[in-house]
Amino acid sequence: MPSLDRNLLHRFGILIVILLIGLGLSLTTDTFLSLSNLTNVARQVSINGILAIGVTFVLLTAGVDLSLGAVVALSGVACATFAHPGEHNVTLPIFIGLATGAACGLTNGILVTKGGVAPFIVTLGMMTVARGLALIASGGRPVADMSPSLTNLAGDIFGIPIPLLCFAGVALLAWIFLRDFRLGRYIYAVGGNENAARAAGISVTKVKLFAYTTCGILTGLAGVVLAARTTTGQPNAGIAYELDAIAAVVIGGTSLAGGVGTVTGTILGVLLIGEINNGLDLLSVSSYYQAVIKGVIIVGAVWLDRRQSRS
Amino acid sequence: MLRALDLRKDFGGLTVLHPLSVDFHAGEVHALMGENGAGKSTLMKVLAGLYQPDAGQVQWRGEIVSFGSPHDALTAGIAMIHQELMPIPDLTVAENITLGVEPAGPLGFINRKQQRQRALELLHELEADINPDRLMRTLTVAQTQIVEIAKALGRHADVVLMDEPTAALSDHEIAALFRAINRLKNRGVAIVYTTHKMNEVFQLADRISILRDGRLIATAPAKELNPQKLISLMVGRELADIFPPRSEPGREPVLEVSGLTREPAYRDINLTLHRGEILALAGLMGAGRTEIASALYGLTPATSGSISVHGKKVTLDSPDTAIAHGIGMVTEDRKGLGIIPALSLRENISLAALPLFARGPLVRHTEETNAARHQIQTFAIKASSPEQPIQQLSGGNQQKALLARCLLNEPEIIILDEPTRGIDIGAKSEIYAVIQKLASQGKAILLISSELPEVLALSHRIVVLRQGKTIATLEASSSDQESLLKLAMPL
Repeated sequence: MPSLDRNLLHRFGILIVILLIGLGLSLTTDTFLSLSNLTNVARQVSINGILAIGVTFVLLTAGVDLSLGAVVALSGVACATFAHPGEHNVTLPIFIGLATGAACGLTNGILVTKGGVAPFIVTLGMMTVARGLALIASGGRPVADMSPSLTNLAGDIFGIPIPLLCFAGVALLAWIFLRDFRLGRYIYAVGGNENAARAAGISVTKVKLFAYTTCGILTGLAGVVLAARTTTGQPNAGIAYELDAIAAVVIGGTSLAGGVGTVTGTILGVLLIGEINNGLDLLSVSSYYQAVIKGVIIVGAVWLDRRQSRS
Repeated sequence: MLRALDLRKDFGGLTVLHPLSVDFHAGEVHALMGENGAGKSTLMKVLAGLYQPDAGQVQWRGEIVSFGSPHDALTAGIAMIHQELMPIPDLTVAENITLGVEPAGPLGFINRKQQRQRALELLHELEADINPDRLMRTLTVAQTQIVEIAKALGRHADVVLMDEPTAALSDHEIAALFRAINRLKNRGVAIVYTTHKMNEVFQLADRISILRDGRLIATAPAKELNPQKLISLMVGRELADIFPPRSEPGREPVLEVSGLTREPAYRDINLTLHRGEILALAGLMGAGRTEIASALYGLTPATSGSISVHGKKVTLDSPDTAIAHGIGMVTEDRKGLGIIPALSLRENISLAALPLFARGPLVRHTEETNAARHQIQTFAIKASSPEQPIQQLSGGNQQKALLARCLLNEPEIIILDEPTRGIDIGAKSEIYAVIQKLASQGKAILLISSELPEVLALSHRIVVLRQGKTIATLEASSSDQESLLKLAMPL
């Protein structure tokens, strides 16, 4: 089958690492394989997973989005502001959250394409602007008093965490999209060689606007899920979330130079990072050491993967 | 001095170099000849440490060596000048030439004065008048080529591998390069050289190795060969006639251009292209040919003037509008505007015509694959499968893939910008046949080529450009190279 998965074979390396770490944790702790811990991990990875899928689109076009964490906070605040009990139907705050993210993503996209400003700079600007807007809109205080109908979204359905279902749904749609949609192929083409893509009749502007806006919508979704989980819209939430998301995508084999990468790779990257975070917690490693260990593992995983895919 | 012993190289299951052995001697120019995909570049890249052989060995001064990287080979004294140039655009000419071997002053700072002096000397040896303080990005392709050659010379290499160094050079520059090569040779340097130009080989080479389909066919002293014999060894058959006969062009105008202007590249360009006609744009480098083609394909629109397709005025402000008006183009800039390196051959071929294989937004993979397979067969593209990444294919096969991509949309007007640049005679004659077939099917073709024999033998009419202006329109049948050149040369 063509392009079912561009480099599934290369991803086996990460899968093995995930299983080995999992094996190690199940031997060294009693709790790792317990149902409650695994659902907890699932809940924790979901937000990073949704963000990572979104930013995969942007990285594939050879762009980057550093504003993820700030936009998560802004969308969460926006959502919570419209989620006070008895005011509106539950769909409105969700929509507001997604729309906030979409607006931020679209703005990034317009500045990158029409403005011709480097994605790193545009999204760095968006990072501080969105954080500022979140603080302004909330007055610097968490927006509390959210309706249970919204906070229930962080709960379970048939024992499965709803955030995990969101992540799975988003991942499935993205996987199908990049495999089967023309626009999906165009994203790879634009990231692989922008000028050649344009010469082949592809509207580079449209493709990039789509990628940034999609990333924005998914960031908005992550903001809504986070607000539901913490039952507040926190203007200071999501700090450095973009780093975990981008790390997951890159671990998953996506090239920062664009044009190469898969959704399955991103999912594995997300699982690996989630597993490391959880494992270090279970082993009661101090959070100072956690940061160091995590950084080493991220670079090590990417190094191993690149070595493997070169041979 | 340098010896390949039973070297083999595979790419994705396809053997591109069957075990072959060949010796390169000091003070000798050794030409590698063969069609595109014959394995010349691959052999060079293995020798230069860019690729690792899958079997066999490289012997260097009698010892078995294994170069893990181009740097290893360079340290040993083997330098390569690549077909696809690799300059660093934002450094100066001097910085590029001395890259990696910068003369160091006290405290390890770069000695700018010496660096500049060194660059000047090397450029002087090539009789090139290029200011070493200019940024690489401001140079023409030909000048860039000269700088890359100067860079290799500066390494004091004992072996210099040159992969089509003259593809972009003018006659004057080629002559200077040849003089430099002869000086190197007399100094005892071994030169390995590939080219598609017959006259160069016999002018320059002491020995010639002929490769075909990754196999070494023969190695012989140049004296014992002649062009006919060489060509038949390269293609494995006698080439009765390289240029197929022309069909009669139609009368109906398909593309009309009037007053097309974009300063400073070109001004007041007028031309009419008829159904079934092959119209050539001839002129020297910098005459505005590629820029006019870019305007007609919407890549860089003209600032004034009008373009009509089938008698209707059109605005071509991007390639997708050009494609929608039935215009297709094969670019001269294969790497920059052509291939998407990381995508497969299939994805590259279908890229411009993806809507044809889609239901709404969804790609229909089976139809797409079938179409790609069909094009691969039609254009005899050599690849292990449609899924092979296009970057693993040879230049000629990439070129055929781009032609296949363009034709998949069945354009009525086809712009071919240097369609045979840097490809061998066998592939050239295949492309000529395709061009004539398209014309006989009623397609209108605008051909840009620097090779005058090609222009004269393929086209019906020739528009001669000089410094961005239309100088004359000639019937190809009543023109010759000399009169064309006279018209194209600035006064």
